[in-house]
Amino acid sequence: MRYLILFLMIGLAALHLLWPLAPLRIDPDLGRTLFVELRLPRTLIVIGYGAALGISGAALQALFANPLASPDISGASSGAALGAVLGGYWLGFSQPLALAACGAVGAGAAMLLLLMLAGRRADSATLLLAGLAISLAAGAATSLALALAPSPFAFYDAFEWLMGSVVDRSLGQALAALVPASIACAFLLRRAHALDLIALGEDVAASLGHQPRRMAREIVGLSAVAVGAFVAVAGAIGFVGLVAPVLARRVTRGHPGRAMVPAALIGAILLTLADLAVRAIPLDRPLPIGVLTALFGTPLFLYLIVNMRRSVTS
Amino acid sequence: MTALLAKEVALPGRLSPTDLRIEGGKLVALVGPNGGGKTSLLRALAGVEDATGEVRIDGEKAGGRSEARRRRMLAFLPASRDLGWPIAARDVIALGLGRGDAQRIAELIELFELGALADRPINRLSTGERTRVLVARAMAARPRLLLLDEPFANLEPYWVLRVGAILRVLADGGTLVLVALHDLGQLDRFDRALLIADGAVQMDEAPADLVASERFEEIFRITSAQGGWAIKPADRRSSR
Repeated sequence: MRYLILFLMIGLAALHLLWPLAPLRIDPDLGRTLFVELRLPRTLIVIGYGAALGISGAALQALFANPLASPDISGASSGAALGAVLGGYWLGFSQPLALAACGAVGAGAAMLLLLMLAGRRADSATLLLAGLAISLAAGAATSLALALAPSPFAFYDAFEWLMGSVVDRSLGQALAALVPASIACAFLLRRAHALDLIALGEDVAASLGHQPRRMAREIVGLSAVAVGAFVAVAGAIGFVGLVAPVLARRVTRGHPGRAMVPAALIGAILLTLADLAVRAIPLDRPLPIGVLTALFGTPLFLYLIVNMRRSVTS
Repeated sequence: MTALLAKEVALPGRLSPTDLRIEGGKLVALVGPNGGGKTSLLRALAGVEDATGEVRIDGEKAGGRSEARRRRMLAFLPASRDLGWPIAARDVIALGLGRGDAQRIAELIELFELGALADRPINRLSTGERTRVLVARAMAARPRLLLLDEPFANLEPYWVLRVGAILRVLADGGTLVLVALHDLGQLDRFDRALLIADGAVQMDEAPADLVASERFEEIFRITSAQGGWAIKPADRRSSR
């Protein structure tokens, strides 16, 4: 099953990179330029972003012991967007890496606020409400920051990016997100076993020598870097971080910690598929990829909520 | 034979600094009124966050050890039997072992008669069934000190007796088993009993002596009557 997912991801990545083939054939020089400057960054971003959402979603769900915790629902994505807007339009950063750092700081601030408001062992309702409140507040602050930004065109500039878009990004931008996010994800993966143990309760994990509180701060910080860096480059893309871990746990027989690797692969597959669909749908203007993931993610989100209600009442 | 030495273990606001010395494989009961500190003592010995003090098992300090080492030293069963994730009972037991040890898991599944439940997700089991799985998880790595919070709660009579017998075998084999419990009727199967109230160990006796003492009746506000217990009349208390 795991290998099937891996091969599916590699196949989709190749397809994403090479399809449509025709423009690459016309002229070798143009083909190379097209390949290196347009296709490659886009493929790297969708795969990296999808994987980062999958891993951080799985880690947050394990940490909060709640299948609804995820980068978007915790407010991290909205916080990252606010951070990137403040950095880009108010502090005047244009370096991709500086913007990625602003995104990470914003995501981290949002999640710290969530920890303060809801706590780690919050029930689903509290977690959802606190996350929603943070998302709304961050969204409003983002709009305000754009409306009052020194540049009068800030709103129009940022609109497409805010909806989540991977079009026309440079290789430098892709790497500015990919490198910090990969490092953060590697550290997150080292916590897989401890996150499985936390399923037995924080006290049990502590009795085996782990430090749940320190781990919580670490996971929130690392997820903020992974998600924030990509939001700064490609905007807030929702639902992948929620859905991928849920599917991944079917592969790991319910274990939340070791679900991180399959969640990364599934996240990458979902986002690659979404971007292929965006490119394949013949429209006279590009559809933001975030719109598509929200469109397909919402039904699953609703299914999760109904399922939870059933398990509570039964 | 396990030797437990605890020096000034404490949990701020719940358990005052407590010294404890217990030697040999024994079944030790922790009893006391609600909120008195039974669970806190177990948690402090387990080394949860916020716990202070030093715990030594067979002379070896438990703090700062690796996970693999701590597994062999101690295991803790919390009072909560809730598990959020649909992990199969068999896999929950495996989490008690560092590495999958199929033979040990099969042994525990047989011991706790979990054969029919082994592949069911634990969050779909009844509370009593979950208790059996989680006690098996705690025992899995053969720790020298077992800290069990209410292991008999929610168990049917058969399993109360079976778990009692399993713990007795462990204790006779040299494991030190500390059990917090409410049901005073279980006390006679224990070798020693600690009475914990107001965040401190108040008494430390053989169970029969403990139950017979006046201090015990005073703290619990009950008195033995016709082979059972009755509420202690309030006037006797105020006349003192």
